[in-house]
Amino acid sequence: MRLKLFILIALILLLFLLPSFAGKYLLYMTIHILLLSVFALGFNLLLGYTGLLSFGQAGFFAIGAYASGKILLILPSLLAGVACGTVAGGISALILGYLCVRHTRIYFSMLTLCFGMMIYSLAWKWREVTGGDDGLVGIPRAPIEIPGILSLNMSPMGNYYYFVLVISLAAIFILYRIVNSPFGLTLKGIRDSENRVAFAGISIRNYRLLSFTIAGLYAGLAGSLLPPLENTVTPPLAHWTNSAEPVLVTLLGGIHTFSGPIVGSILFYLIKDVIVRFTQYWLIWFGSIVVLLVLVFRGGVVIFFTERIWPLLNRT
Amino acid sequence: MAELLRTEKLRKYFGVVSAADDIDLRIEEGVLTSIIGPNGAGKTTLINLLTGNILPDSGKVFFNKEEITHLPIHKRVKKGICRSFQIMNIFPKLSVFENLQIPILSLLNQSLSLFKPVRGNPDVNERVEKLLNEIGLMDKKDHPAGTLSHGDQRLLEIGLAMASEPKLLFLDEPTAGMNPVERVKVLENIRRLSREKQSTFVIVEHDMDIVFSLSDRILVLNRGQILADGTPEGIKQNEDVRKVYLGEEIL
Repeated sequence: MRLKLFILIALILLLFLLPSFAGKYLLYMTIHILLLSVFALGFNLLLGYTGLLSFGQAGFFAIGAYASGKILLILPSLLAGVACGTVAGGISALILGYLCVRHTRIYFSMLTLCFGMMIYSLAWKWREVTGGDDGLVGIPRAPIEIPGILSLNMSPMGNYYYFVLVISLAAIFILYRIVNSPFGLTLKGIRDSENRVAFAGISIRNYRLLSFTIAGLYAGLAGSLLPPLENTVTPPLAHWTNSAEPVLVTLLGGIHTFSGPIVGSILFYLIKDVIVRFTQYWLIWFGSIVVLLVLVFRGGVVIFFTERIWPLLNRT
Repeated sequence: MAELLRTEKLRKYFGVVSAADDIDLRIEEGVLTSIIGPNGAGKTTLINLLTGNILPDSGKVFFNKEEITHLPIHKRVKKGICRSFQIMNIFPKLSVFENLQIPILSLLNQSLSLFKPVRGNPDVNERVEKLLNEIGLMDKKDHPAGTLSHGDQRLLEIGLAMASEPKLLFLDEPTAGMNPVERVKVLENIRRLSREKQSTFVIVEHDMDIVFSLSDRILVLNRGQILADGTPEGIKQNEDVRKVYLGEEIL
């Protein structure tokens, strides 16, 4: 237990010291890993804790990104952009979730896929707002400004890295609290046996909807942090292949562990980064590697290490 | 005695099979009622209709004189109706302790607190431990529920149903597949709680020894209709019941 805490603190320390020795590219990659982690953790609240597989999370991610981009183009304040993107993701998840959580299993998955693709076509066609296939361009990496108190310049990559790091760690910590709260336990109950939870006097539908909304908030948050990094937002963000990313990394890391999606995200970018150096058909190789990893590490990489490797190390 | 639950012409058909055929029924507070009948008589269907698992084709259900015919399950539970299931219905991946935490958190309206640690509520923990002692699973509280023996899982199932402190509790074959020791444990619990008048029990059971020793009142169902209704002695003398159970030397 103490060792785990030590490793965790060392990791966070390393993340904070990263800009002092790492180049721009590594920071850029780490930001992407953090965003995917937040995105996938929210997704796993649905899959691993509530037992609902959503294929439409990219829709909420894109809504977060577009809302944040729009705000930043009008009002150059990073906090306003991120806040609006997060809330937009949450509200759209609340509305679409109201329709989706009436069903479970494959029906739920198909509904979320459909709604995700509807958001995708909206991003293409609603030119006046989304810019169509051009997307939104020239989004500034606006400073953090609280009038009279604080003004931080975000243009250097290192500064923006710190911003993303602090927000992501806070989001991860909050989600950790949520899954270990009475609400989190009740969600696990719904996953295991929804009838029994109903007979505990709980409205399953409302709890699923709340879980879906939180996942939407997290997708929106991850999405809203992207435009300041890339300076553009384009429709492919909402495509269902983007929804597959949290699914992949969560399966890779393990759905029944809190840290699974984070570990999966790190592996995702590591593997991707190595393969693209050798071939442009990286997805074929990446797919094969993921299949192999999922087959070898049953239940995810994290479970494999905590249940197989960890006891071995402790014995010696 | 005070009426707890009443049905009016409750009807449910599955295709052409009548599972409940215009059932008029009254359940009184504090009267331990058993429902018996041959396989397919509609015992489980009746419980499903009363607890909200399925909705009736027609007819009405009243609980404490208030109509609940179309109320969703969770609202009936909040009014004081709960049940256990014939087919095991526990949370297999969660520990025994966590299993019982879920209904008790709901009872104390704590389920929606999002940021507090789940183990940090002394009131909840105390109630869970009391319940663990009652069903005799205290020493297994940290085991994943799915790894318990069949009998222990049934005990947990009953514990889960009792946890929400219902006024009316339906137990669907509570002792199925239990060994004699576990069976006695369950029966003692039912008897004690029934005596203390915390809950009114309605039990579906196949073991006639249990039914006749435990019940104040027995309800015999056949083909979705009430065939007989009365005290254990009355049911023993009933000719119709003997016909239904013809050849089964149980009465």
